[in-house]
Amino acid sequence: MTPAAAPLPRTALLADYTPQPGVADELFDGQGRMRPVWQPFITQLASLSPEDVATRFGRGAQYLRDAGVYFRLYGGGPAQEREWPLSHVPVLISDAEWQGICDGLAQRAELLERVMADLYGPARLVADGHLPAELVAENPQWLRPMVGVTPASGHWLHHLAFEIGRSPDGSFFVLGDRAQAPSGAGFALENRMATTRIFSDPFPRANIRRLAGFFRAFRATMEHLAGDGRRMAILTPGPNNDTYYEHTYIARYLGLTLLEGEDLIVENGQAMVRTVKGLEPLGLLWRRIDGDFCDPLELDESSQIGTPGLIGAIRHGGLNLVNAPGSGLLETRAFMAFLPRLCETLLGETLRLPNIATWWCGPPAERAYVMANAGRMMIGGALDTALPFASGNDTVLGPETALAARLDRDGRRLVGQEAVTLSTTPAWADGKLVPRPMTIRVFAARTSEGWTFMPGGYARIGKSDDAMALAMQAGGSVADVWVVADRPVPADTLVSGSGPERAPPGILPARAADNLYWLGRYVERAEGAIRLLRAWHLRMAETGDASEPRMAAFAEHLAGLGLTPDRPIPETLPMLIGAARGAASKVRDRFSPDGWNALNDLARFADRLTGKVAENGDAAQALSVLLRKISGFSGLVHENMYHFAGWRFLSLGRAQERADGTLLLLAAFTGPEAPPGALEIAIEVGDSVMTHQRRYRFGPSPETVLDLLAQDAQNPRAVLYQIAQMRHHLERLPQPQPGGEMPELDRVLLTLDTDLRVARPADLTVERLGELRHRLAGVFGLISSRYFR
Amino acid sequence: MRYDIRLTIEYSYAAPSDQVRNLLRLLPADLPGQRVGARVLTITPAPDERRDGADFFGNSVTQVGWHRPVSQLRFDLRAGAERLPAAVPQDGPALVDLAALMAGQGIGPMAPLHFTAPSPRIAPVATIAEFARAALPHAPTVPASIAAVGMALHDAMTFDPDATDVTTAPETAFANRRGVCQDYAQIMVGGLRSMGIPAGYVSGFLRTTPPPGQPRLEGVDAMHGWVMAWAGPELGWLEYDPTNRQWAGEDYVTVARGRDYADAAPVRGALRTAGAHDTRHAVDVIPQEDGAAINLPGRP
Repeated sequence: MTPAAAPLPRTALLADYTPQPGVADELFDGQGRMRPVWQPFITQLASLSPEDVATRFGRGAQYLRDAGVYFRLYGGGPAQEREWPLSHVPVLISDAEWQGICDGLAQRAELLERVMADLYGPARLVADGHLPAELVAENPQWLRPMVGVTPASGHWLHHLAFEIGRSPDGSFFVLGDRAQAPSGAGFALENRMATTRIFSDPFPRANIRRLAGFFRAFRATMEHLAGDGRRMAILTPGPNNDTYYEHTYIARYLGLTLLEGEDLIVENGQAMVRTVKGLEPLGLLWRRIDGDFCDPLELDESSQIGTPGLIGAIRHGGLNLVNAPGSGLLETRAFMAFLPRLCETLLGETLRLPNIATWWCGPPAERAYVMANAGRMMIGGALDTALPFASGNDTVLGPETALAARLDRDGRRLVGQEAVTLSTTPAWADGKLVPRPMTIRVFAARTSEGWTFMPGGYARIGKSDDAMALAMQAGGSVADVWVVADRPVPADTLVSGSGPERAPPGILPARAADNLYWLGRYVERAEGAIRLLRAWHLRMAETGDASEPRMAAFAEHLAGLGLTPDRPIPETLPMLIGAARGAASKVRDRFSPDGWNALNDLARFADRLTGKVAENGDAAQALSVLLRKISGFSGLVHENMYHFAGWRFLSLGRAQERADGTLLLLAAFTGPEAPPGALEIAIEVGDSVMTHQRRYRFGPSPETVLDLLAQDAQNPRAVLYQIAQMRHHLERLPQPQPGGEMPELDRVLLTLDTDLRVARPADLTVERLGELRHRLAGVFGLISSRYFR
Repeated sequence: MRYDIRLTIEYSYAAPSDQVRNLLRLLPADLPGQRVGARVLTITPAPDERRDGADFFGNSVTQVGWHRPVSQLRFDLRAGAERLPAAVPQDGPALVDLAALMAGQGIGPMAPLHFTAPSPRIAPVATIAEFARAALPHAPTVPASIAAVGMALHDAMTFDPDATDVTTAPETAFANRRGVCQDYAQIMVGGLRSMGIPAGYVSGFLRTTPPPGQPRLEGVDAMHGWVMAWAGPELGWLEYDPTNRQWAGEDYVTVARGRDYADAAPVRGALRTAGAHDTRHAVDVIPQEDGAAINLPGRP
């Protein structure tokens, strides 16, 4: 088939674009004519020079990198983050065709809701013989504790995704239903942001349907489901999940709180969020963890990511879930064999959009059919929930030797599915367009007016002609889908037209506060370590003599901190930065991508330094670079982060760590035993060389150093300054019930503050400094029991 | 036989544990062949919330929670129960016919199809399947198959409370041929399922002192576990105790039934504590003379 009748000249762009015979193609119709919906786009693309195309694709890639979009690769070694594999060329579909798809899928969504309600209710479909009992009773996705539950909203399903493909005759069909916890809606938005940067020209972009309306409608629905005065949140399995990025992104985009199971508790049937203000009632949870992991008490007992009692809260009626636990049942592959008939039974209608032809191999007739047609079948587990063409499932393309024996022995555990041929769509390869197989993921949300659909956004594109290579894990890529209208469509974002509208104040989960506090501490501890090591190497570069008294004292101090300078950059330093990164990774929804990138950059740089840097001058210089990078991160956070409660916990951790580090420093370098030159070390590490010169007429004495670094309320490096900072932040955080005696936390800090103010420098002996440090250390326990539980 | 049952389970934590929530399956209920009189479950310290109900399989469940830190928990059960004698099954359907008999049994709570597939704690294990197959008589009936597997397992295993704990997988216990009633029962369930017999786990009580002239049974010091297996629509569920190499009859009182230990565990709980904890477990199942009233304490 050659696209000879195309109205366009065959540009170099399309020189190699030859769809295979017997395969539908998105760009060219069966007669080889370019479909009208593509023409403006291809014309425009063909008008670009290769350099221009490269620049534009670079813009898209740059956007994704800046935004920090990644997915996580499973399998093999430790989980790895990979850049988002964007296929730069979008898939174009006409508005009219899209509308037909959505009409069919709206019916299918309704059908799935009815099947779900039946199987967790009266199970008439089984009793009446419409669905085999073993596909339910033996199905690990059928969660028995949910049987008999009535969802508070009256509905089990609120968010679905459908994987669809185009068959050789040009019609669309459903490859699989995603009902457990569909992923991809947030990535679709990122696809759109990236392609908008690549194809930024007003035309043909003006005619593309926007995605924001879908999210606005879905968010409004969730607000309604949450109920008055109750919170709504996303429940994530945590940073190790393959789509964690998306959870943080959607949480930010829609203004939802991102929670993990341990952020929640259930009391008297009501789910509550543990926040720094105490318990806040929760009305809606958008679940991104599998149903079975939701509640270790009633479901999978080994789950570390669930909340004990959560099923009880759903049963009690005070909590809506998107979707109800147990919805994974609808992804069962064998159900595809029955849905067309169930549509007739439950809705009295014919299924408008067919699904992939499926035979459940339980009954002898189906087994025989699958055996006879094994050459054009994919055979897999009946209860498997993986999509066809997903990597990692055990689907085999028949015929396989011993298939007959396997079918006879295990028939009811197997399905045959037609080995479908997918349509191809243009993908960019070496400066040209080539046809690649594709499927489209369509996202649906239930609103008060029925099911609504995201107009485009997400397609999976194969790496080669092989349809099996569609999965991202197998090297496939992802493309934007443009639904193209006949005329320009109005712009649309989440922003409403009626002036600035402030969201209600957010909540800070206790766990997030805890992580932010420790992020503050670890970053400050790392910064302190860098300053110390740099001071060490500078001195070593001057004298090269580690045995002189001040250097011996210095080495002893470093050793006490785990920073023994037997190598230029001790292991402890990258470990501290790693600990900071670890704490930050658990609160990524609360950072700008810039902050996160800066921290990653810092961690990578520190890892590279270890073992690579030579002694002395070289090391001091590398440490200076590291110091600039860490200051850059602190600057990003402290200059740009909105001063919500989360920022205060970060600052609290930083202040406490700095006060602690300075007390240690002073104890080591200002005592009567300290060798000559020790005071200069304290001043330098305390970053107060200039200030000391300006404030004191004479060279350093223990009194001047203690005055400046312990007792000065104006010096940001001084202990007193940091104690005052801690008190300042705590006063602006949620307070315990007023009345009664002064809380211990406030008392300890006020006493520290006062003691430092009234002390004479001579009073601040090494013992006294140690005692102050001990009292300061007790503050963490008090903060923790007030805010982190 | 009528019994007066007393059970005490105590937990103590080294550090007070925050937000304790437990799911208890401790209360026996009426079943075919079993009648339960008064039953009282006392929980100390008194929980801040308590909800009694039934689970999917019809077991009595109690969900309790404390909204304050607790460092000790105590569950006291006092119940009166009567267990009717059960005839030792003689005849039954042939093993090869069982699959056909399962058709049409639906998905109601005790339908055999719930008990055929792998369950959370009982995955298919090739060595157990092989062992079970080797134990089968020629052209067996279902009851004969159940007894044959149970007896062979009992003879192959050594009862050893130190060899396993409550989380040990059947595969591990079987590999070492050592364990306690929970291991015996879960291994046997896996073996029966591998040959197509629907099988589940039963948790309950065993009479403390044997009838005169009979040996003391294993497993009387704590809650006991044994096996239920489906033998066709007429015989229904049969119960076999591989730990004691016998059908579970008059000496047994059932508390909970499920696919495996996870479904029937006496206490499931989630603690937010990293510290160590201790458990104490005491059971008395005393046969009652006819007409003797059971004295039940009131809830404090």
